[in-house]
Amino acid sequence: MSGRASVYSAFSFGRIGAMILRYYYLMRSSWPRLLELIYWPMVQMLMWGFLQSYVDQNASFFAKAGGTFIGAVLLWDILFRGQLGFSVSFLEEMWARNMGNLMMSPLRPLEFVVALMVMSLVRLAIGMVPVTLVALWLFNFNLYGLGFALAAFFANLIFTSWAVGILVSGLILRNGMGAEGLAWTIMFLLLPLTCVYYPVSIFPGWLQAVAWALPPTYVFEGMRALLIEHVFRADLMLMALALNLFYFGISVIVFLKLLDAARRHGSLIQTGE
Amino acid sequence: MTNDVAAIAADRLVKIYKGGIAVNGVSFSLPQGSITGLLGGNGAGKTTTIAMIMGLVMPTSGQVSVLGVDMARQRHRVLHRMNFESPYVDMPMRLTVRQNLRVFGKLYGVDDVEERIRELAEQLDLVEFLDRPTGKLSAGQKTRVSLAKSLLNKPEILLLDEPTASLDPDTADWVRGRLETYRRQRHATILLASHNMAEVERLCERVIMMKRGKIEDDDTPQRLLERYGRETLEEVFLDIARGRGEAREAAQ
Repeated sequence: MSGRASVYSAFSFGRIGAMILRYYYLMRSSWPRLLELIYWPMVQMLMWGFLQSYVDQNASFFAKAGGTFIGAVLLWDILFRGQLGFSVSFLEEMWARNMGNLMMSPLRPLEFVVALMVMSLVRLAIGMVPVTLVALWLFNFNLYGLGFALAAFFANLIFTSWAVGILVSGLILRNGMGAEGLAWTIMFLLLPLTCVYYPVSIFPGWLQAVAWALPPTYVFEGMRALLIEHVFRADLMLMALALNLFYFGISVIVFLKLLDAARRHGSLIQTGE
Repeated sequence: MTNDVAAIAADRLVKIYKGGIAVNGVSFSLPQGSITGLLGGNGAGKTTTIAMIMGLVMPTSGQVSVLGVDMARQRHRVLHRMNFESPYVDMPMRLTVRQNLRVFGKLYGVDDVEERIRELAEQLDLVEFLDRPTGKLSAGQKTRVSLAKSLLNKPEILLLDEPTASLDPDTADWVRGRLETYRRQRHATILLASHNMAEVERLCERVIMMKRGKIEDDDTPQRLLERYGRETLEEVFLDIARGRGEAREAAQ
């Protein structure tokens, strides 16, 4: 029998590669899908970039804090688009009524998750790289100039986006397409709480505790420290990483539990609303 | 794995949803190389039974095994040896037929995917639209593509949920012919859920009749015809669906 040894394995890079190939074909076949990846990040960056330019010319504090708005919006987009990239790839299977085919194939749930993580990186790169280059050209903001700090910011934000994406995918598997809205909106709950555009210190005490429980808060605080005080706060990044590992682990466990619940409730063969 | 192991064995399968009991104590055992029809009206429990065999739905109680593997707990040990086709799932529409078959071939660990696609394209008459988007095909062509996907890994167990639904009689007959050939060549086990009695009569050596989640009867088509004193399985089906007396009255 062909290929028996490879399909017995508990984890197969071949099957992950097959799923990545599937999404590559899909993206290649649809230019609106590619355009959509760039459109919103570009609009956001332009709007905040011009606002930043205006503020720079009119306020001495912000003149010193050059780039915090545009930096915040670019990092926020990494968080938001990372989750969206994960969730949209997942939703493509629901929209295509292909989930039954995948769930019945030898593809393991964790291989599926890894393929979605890779696709979230690919989608993010397609959307964000042109936007960061335009930000450099138009507003003289060089995100890549952040160097190692950018790598630390990126790693923490993408980890959070994956954790949220995994959780949302599990909820959609369990509850059907009625839960699709979560994929588009859940991240906006984090927008005010993770202090993207303002420091944590403006929150009342109890809300600060909530904010510090969320890994992106450390990233945005770290970004402000870097851009305003020119200090890289490794302590903040390590704390974010620890929280991310915790949340990522929880999200994988919850995803597997929701998948089991979907099999118990028959949701996998009822992929409608 | 020896031939002594049942291809599919269901043991007192029960599935209860919030809305009621979908499957209620179903037991059967299918030997390897057999072809069996699962018949029943809407809501009889056929699709839920097949979904439990595939491991997509967990039984509330009871057990189902495929080639000796418990599908509720260890389905990944055997999924590469089986495949399915159902009108309730689609192949991704934007991908071409070749791209879809390539992706699924890789998922199933088929060694030489391109060669296998070429073989199937010839056998199932897909050659001329291999590079066309799947969504642009007619219903009959899509069914052939789904059939190609279900045969990609040369499955030992093939589960078919209404494989000829929405096909014209000619294409449906052609599909039945391909299934017969595949089973003969590969000694595969086929379980076929269908509303089409003529299809079951032609293909199946055994018929399991379901009604309201239970097995109402289970025998060869010939013995069922004799037992119910009928000439076609359709009449037997009506006897079971309506209750014997009512159907006889209606026939008279």
